[in-house]
Amino acid sequence: MRLAITTGVTGLLLLVVILELLRRRQLREKYAMLWIGFAVVALPLAIFPRLLDGLAGVLGIANGASLVFFLAFLFLLFVCIHLSWEVSRLEEETRSLAEGLALLKTEVDQRGPRDG
Amino acid sequence: MADRVLIVVPAWNEAASIGDVVREIRAELPAADVLVVDDGSRDGTADLAKAAGAIVSRLRYNLGVGGAMRLGYRYARNHGYDAVVQVDADGQHDPRYVPKLLDGLAEADIVIGARFAGEGGYTVRGPRRWAMVLLSRVLSRITGTRLTDTTSGFRATNRRATELFASWYPVEYLGDTVETLVYAARRGMKVRQVPVAMRRRVAGVPSHSPMKATVYLVRAAAILVLAAVRR
Repeated sequence: MRLAITTGVTGLLLLVVILELLRRRQLREKYAMLWIGFAVVALPLAIFPRLLDGLAGVLGIANGASLVFFLAFLFLLFVCIHLSWEVSRLEEETRSLAEGLALLKTEVDQRGPRDG
Repeated sequence: MADRVLIVVPAWNEAASIGDVVREIRAELPAADVLVVDDGSRDGTADLAKAAGAIVSRLRYNLGVGGAMRLGYRYARNHGYDAVVQVDADGQHDPRYVPKLLDGLAEADIVIGARFAGEGGYTVRGPRRWAMVLLSRVLSRITGTRLTDTTSGFRATNRRATELFASWYPVEYLGDTVETLVYAARRGMKVRQVPVAMRRRVAGVPSHSPMKATVYLVRAAAILVLAAVRR
């Protein structure tokens, strides 16, 4: 029972943090939805860890808790990969902008007064 | 020799040498325009280059040689230059070889000024040498011509290759030299090399650490594998 309280409170806190970030417009919707979805799935499992025992048995995993760890690990891995991909894309975008800006400035310098 | 030539000099904190390099290029090649791409320097490189008579384009922050070069190719494309020659800002590339590179463009889209092709003294040993051998073997095969100095930054491109590099040029280390060759060769560009002698750098020292050389070898292998499987 005490375990359920610990994990349940943790899950609730997580949900509150995400909602607050979203409310303050600090988090883009697409990421917020991801984490809210995660919290909504994780919360009942935190309170009733035996919920997935049946599914775990079918997959050959000892118990529901292990299955939750496994899924959580996969999920976090996926999020990391996704973020790396996003960062690569952003870097390419900022690089293009930096080049474009330098190019424009050179054009302006060449046309405008030399002392500018 | 092509009619309108742009010399692109990517420079990152090269205040010690950039002035002399620009002045020498302008003295040797009075018909060519010189564009110095200041890659986020903090030592006044841009002002020195401008004072020496170059066109200067300043990147707000450091992108790496690839970013500076793509900017150069974009500039050349926008202004309709017939050929672009990349010359390093540290003074190791002798501008007297530029006409020789440009002559090579008569029968190729990309001409590389190569150190080991018979001219000039330059020796390397150990892992760095193995990396160079690996790179030149694989790239010679891909480009269908004998290449001995694939990481040379002394290169000339005609309009076709300039157009290609203006739209695509990687920023990763080694990507700017090695991957671009694979990419261009795959798109039917002809690559050639001409022998040049490299000079001692005016400023800065080349690295000789075996650790760094090994890292270099691993990176070279990785970039080849990546270039091979990338679209």
